[in-house]
Amino acid sequence: MGTLDSIRSNPEAVLFYSFFKTLVGQPVTVELKNDLAITGVLVSVDQFLNIKLDNIKVVDEERYPHMLAVKNCFIRGSVVRYVQLPAPSVDTALLQDAARRERQQPATGARK
Amino acid sequence: MSDQLRSLVDHPVFVYLTDGRTLVGQLMGYDQAANVILGKTHERIFSSTEGMKSVAIGVYVIRGETIALIGELDEELDDQADYDEMKVEPLDPVIL
Repeated sequence: MGTLDSIRSNPEAVLFYSFFKTLVGQPVTVELKNDLAITGVLVSVDQFLNIKLDNIKVVDEERYPHMLAVKNCFIRGSVVRYVQLPAPSVDTALLQDAARRERQQPATGARK
Repeated sequence: MSDQLRSLVDHPVFVYLTDGRTLVGQLMGYDQAANVILGKTHERIFSSTEGMKSVAIGVYVIRGETIALIGELDEELDDQADYDEMKVEPLDPVIL
């Protein structure tokens, strides 16, 4: 699979995976690329930034009753546009710093 | 990755595809690319003019690239839902 290659050539991939791991248990809202938004508790995340949510509620339920029998779900990372986070849970300065460091000295791969 | 879908194996699931289609079925297997084997598959066709229609289509292997979301289907809630009266537009496709 080209997945390991994509992680090596994109050092931030591991950074955000680690970052999302710190948010497990928090309520988040995942907005898909087709504008559908789903709120739920972050259960897990993987290296592809696939997201698993519990106790989900579709934002704008009236427009999307299709999923009222679904209480938890796995969302493929490739369809995610945004992940909205609770502001108090994120130390943006720390994250910016970590991202800057990641670019200069990637944790994996031979990039300079 | 494997852990994320492992808990759903042998459970009834709701699969939302990137072309906007919604399927339900029994998750029989998966792999790291989120390719999925779905048994007892029904496609749920929604329409703003008529109630939801469910069409049986058997066993499917679905390529992970075309999957947007896999949800665990709560059968109680599903039974309670009045799909015959659910007149809504089908879900939008996801443009990658």
